[in-house]
Amino acid sequence: MAPIVSVSNLVKTYASGFQALKDVSLDIEEGEILALLGPNGAGKTTLISIICGIVNPTSGTVLVGGHNVVKDFRVTRAMIGLVPQELTTDQFETVWNTVSFSRGLHGKKPDPAHIEKVLKDLSLFDKKDNMLRELSGGMKRRVLIAKALSHEPRVLFLDEPTAGVDVNLRKDMWKVVEKLRETGVTIILTTHYIEEAEEIADRVGVINGGKILLIEQKKDLMKKLGRKELRIELQEPVSAIPETLASYDLTVEDSGHSLIYDYDSSGERTGITTLLTALAEAGIRLKDISTRQSSLEDIFVELVGAKA
Amino acid sequence: MNLEAVKSIYFFEMARTRRTLLQSVVSPVISTSLYFIVFGAAVGSRIQEIDGVSYGAFITPGLIMLTLLTQCIGNGSFGIYFPKFTGTVYEILSSPVSMTEIVLGYVGAAATKGMMIGIIILGTASLFVDLSIAHPFVMLLFFVLTAVTFSLFGFIIGIWAKDFEQLNLIPMLVIPPLVFLGGSFYSVNMLPPFWQAVSHFNPVLYLISGFRWSFFEIADVNPVISFAIIVGFLAVLMGLLTWIFKTGYRLRN
Repeated sequence: MAPIVSVSNLVKTYASGFQALKDVSLDIEEGEILALLGPNGAGKTTLISIICGIVNPTSGTVLVGGHNVVKDFRVTRAMIGLVPQELTTDQFETVWNTVSFSRGLHGKKPDPAHIEKVLKDLSLFDKKDNMLRELSGGMKRRVLIAKALSHEPRVLFLDEPTAGVDVNLRKDMWKVVEKLRETGVTIILTTHYIEEAEEIADRVGVINGGKILLIEQKKDLMKKLGRKELRIELQEPVSAIPETLASYDLTVEDSGHSLIYDYDSSGERTGITTLLTALAEAGIRLKDISTRQSSLEDIFVELVGAKA
Repeated sequence: MNLEAVKSIYFFEMARTRRTLLQSVVSPVISTSLYFIVFGAAVGSRIQEIDGVSYGAFITPGLIMLTLLTQCIGNGSFGIYFPKFTGTVYEILSSPVSMTEIVLGYVGAAATKGMMIGIIILGTASLFVDLSIAHPFVMLLFFVLTAVTFSLFGFIIGIWAKDFEQLNLIPMLVIPPLVFLGGSFYSVNMLPPFWQAVSHFNPVLYLISGFRWSFFEIADVNPVISFAIIVGFLAVLMGLLTWIFKTGYRLRN
């Protein structure tokens, strides 16, 4: 199946000379949830802004549903819902009016039943006649989501949906995302909460310095997450790993004071028992042992750190 | 053409007018009434007729123009500047609307509001002075054309403005002197020859003169020239707007 969003060789250089995107290519499959991770200023918002038509690309192409976002903007933008990062709202409008306005703007005829459903799904219906300035930050965030869903988009962009949101609301937001996915909407969210990507995404992309550093199925990443590291501190430093331990693929650290053993904790045999026995047999005395699970965060920090 | 979007923007803007009814409608009516009291009754009672028209009636077209210009520029600029300021413009820019539709919505609403207030001023004026309109169609033509042109002018100012100071610069600092010196309260023929010549560089003179001609058939300049000046200004603004759309100036960059 053709990807719902296809980005090829996208470059954006702002008037100031700042290059926000450097040759980004990315395909997004219909119905998936893609999380884009990256530090502030990585290019996440610029990428989304170009796909949604807010910012003109310098070069490269973006197709949404097979249509070019610049040439066929009417088709592509009608397919897209956008929830921006900032809580930008018309303070003096009512919830109902602002959500209905968004629907009209996307060329859809008024449909009070649909607006009602969207508001109910987001637990906003009892606030429909409230002015936006009367709502809490979390509620405003929901209104922005309602606006983005008002015109029944096929692709939904959530730019940092849970930035500055408390834990409960964040979990609520995840439920909303899960529900949306069940309706077949493709969701692209940016975040710098790795936990969030782990929780809800099908695929995770890491972006930094205007480049996509990695994009992988979460399952595959979870396999990497499953890797654990056993750190063995030694009484006496070793200069080399004894022959008998060669099969364990150990690495020496701390100038011979530590041995590092990588293993798969989800595997049937981790090899820890035999390794420890082998160490004892080789006459190596242990001072301490500890284990550590590498997280998506490690992968992220490593990638971002190395290529920044 | 995304008509739903044009309608949405138009009615959304008109709803803003309804919410700020007091400020939008009552304040221009009060200020116009003050002009009539000060210029029409107090000063005007000592001024003879100008070209056979009573002074109170003479200033009416100028007062309507003053209100129409300031209102249309104000509405047109605020309508697009405010979403830029609050950030809600993201939604307009990510919607399947062309710039033409955005302009139709915003400028249409700004012009409508300006014209509504213009008509109210005309009504208010008729309470103070005897008014007759010699050429109602020409009057309407000048009225609508001016409203649309200056709403468009306001829209461009709104896109250009980076802060509230810039937003208010032209409506507050440029338009009032041009209107006051453009023959709202006098006929330029009453000025010394040098200042008469200077006045002819003031574009607003042509607007007021043409508009006044449609009421009383008296004019400082030929009404055809007045008409040409407005249409010319409209054309310049359209050109500017086309450039703005093409480059994404201050919106998509």
